[in-house]
Amino acid sequence: MAKVTFRSITKQFGSFTAVDDVSFEIEDGEFVCLLGPSGCGKTTTLRMIAGLEQPTEGRILIGDSDVTDAKPKERDIGMVFQDYALFPHMTIAENIAYPLKVRSVNKHDRHERAAEVAKSLQIDQLLERRPGQISGGQQQRASVARAVVHKPRVYLFDEPLSNLDAKLRLEARSYLKHLQRELGVTSVYVTHDQAEAMAMADRVAVMNHGKIVQFGPPLEVYRRPGTTFVANFLGSPPMNLLPVTYSNGAFEAADFSLDAAPFGKELRGVANGTQLTLGIRPEHLRLSTDADHWVLPGAVYAVEPLGPESLVTLRVADALVTARLFSDEPPTQLDGAGFGFDPANIHLFAADGERLTRG
Amino acid sequence: MNVVRHVLGRVGFYVVSSLFAAIFALPLLWLVVAPFSTKANLSVSLPEQWSLSNFARVFANSFAVRALFQNSVIQAVGTMVLVTLLATLAAYALSRAPIRGRDTISYGLVLFSSIVTGTAAMVPIFLLIFRMGLIDTHLGVILVFTGGLLPAAVFIMRDFVDSIPRSYEESALVSGASHWGMFRDIALPIVRPGMMVVGVWTFVNVWGGFLVPFILLRSPGKMPASVAIYSFYTEGGTPIITLTTAYALLYTLPVLALYLFVNWKYGFRFFGGIKS
Repeated sequence: MAKVTFRSITKQFGSFTAVDDVSFEIEDGEFVCLLGPSGCGKTTTLRMIAGLEQPTEGRILIGDSDVTDAKPKERDIGMVFQDYALFPHMTIAENIAYPLKVRSVNKHDRHERAAEVAKSLQIDQLLERRPGQISGGQQQRASVARAVVHKPRVYLFDEPLSNLDAKLRLEARSYLKHLQRELGVTSVYVTHDQAEAMAMADRVAVMNHGKIVQFGPPLEVYRRPGTTFVANFLGSPPMNLLPVTYSNGAFEAADFSLDAAPFGKELRGVANGTQLTLGIRPEHLRLSTDADHWVLPGAVYAVEPLGPESLVTLRVADALVTARLFSDEPPTQLDGAGFGFDPANIHLFAADGERLTRG
Repeated sequence: MNVVRHVLGRVGFYVVSSLFAAIFALPLLWLVVAPFSTKANLSVSLPEQWSLSNFARVFANSFAVRALFQNSVIQAVGTMVLVTLLATLAAYALSRAPIRGRDTISYGLVLFSSIVTGTAAMVPIFLLIFRMGLIDTHLGVILVFTGGLLPAAVFIMRDFVDSIPRSYEESALVSGASHWGMFRDIALPIVRPGMMVVGVWTFVNVWGGFLVPFILLRSPGKMPASVAIYSFYTEGGTPIITLTTAYALLYTLPVLALYLFVNWKYGFRFFGGIKS
């Protein structure tokens, strides 16, 4: 159990900068998700913690020791790979026991310990099989078992659920979170699935172009995204983003004009004619009624009933705006529709994508 | 109508393919039958009386026996071990290490391999081995064969190593293994089918190789079977069919045995990696 610290880490592959001057501190026992699109540097970051890549610049600390130049075996970590990487020529028992074998634990003890871990992950009946003879979900559990068997100081997960089908993925998500809470081991988890990050992490680091763009508890990141990138990346469907022009105390677009009065503090110092982006989450929109003061008018684009909720998409100005409507019945009366909302739920971003803050 | 045509089509297919099969099978059949006849000739016919007298005469030729059971074995096994070992290490390095232009190296080597054991290179090779003082030694033969077979062996092995996901090795490293431990525990067992293919392929090449030992060896006591088979020719230069076939049959058995053993133990595959 240990902290993981990055001090100004840069990683270059040739002229390509995969990770660009990244610093962070992961607390002891914390579960951190690195979230971002492919190519954002999240996997490279994880591999640098593992020692599979050497940073070009900066220092990496695990606990109090500087491990920047240490080999993987000196770092005391457990890692789960995307393809599980179970050794095909060994049985599941031998696979799970492998980290103990290289630590010269005697055969009897290591197989006992492997069986114990396998039992806690409910794969103890598969110990004598080979990886090729068990299902994807079972392989996933076996690779988790191998990562935890030697009680490492840090767990690393590289998109461990992305090869599972949707149902198994939800199941694995819960058990991984439960396992991490139970063992209380510092964990770094790489994913491109925002729902996974939201569900599992104590803190989420959203990455883009080799930089961490926002680092915080999932709900905070969700509620106050610092940039349009984060706003668009978290949430399913993602936040609606509408380009508007600020002029004379109103947000103007082709089809609508909204009163900007409630945003006086955010708009202090913003000049007339400035391009801004309005953001609003789908769950904060409702079908408008006559009582609504704040309305986005639009023409129906699509209605998607999902069971407990329906997704309704309108074409507003040149953008598509989606609302999640929580009712058992999909709406029928949609002629002359518009979305009503509460201005408190509006997020304001400058043209460069940065959030406008109060004061 | 259709059924008739279908049946005729099948019959025609089997007739034609049986013909082709016969063309290839007859020499093999001859090889199995002729050694047991005291009056064997170039036609395939069951001997009137089965006899082992041909083999008795072959075993009486101590030069040929020694060639087959000692010299051929030394040269083939020696080359096999050396090529397999070196090819595995080289292929692993070429596949994993960040070497600039490693593809060019691999392809270039394959081109060279056909040159080294080729007839055209025999004079320079002879001179080279002569200067090294390795004329008339098993080592000289082994080294020349190794030089000739190694590039193609590296090429075959590299295909195996390339097809193994790196995550196996990385997962061993983060599990706490050293580089050498990872190579021994993970990489080596996984590429073993490839090593078997390369090993058998090398063995067969050396076992049947004639020109290299014929030129590099002097003393009869070091000749392999491929050369020694000429001791069953008459002084006029025509083969004594009864004896050459008996010797040839003995000569093929180790190769067959090796193939069957490897196939039974590991299975022959020309691709690497294992889907998990």
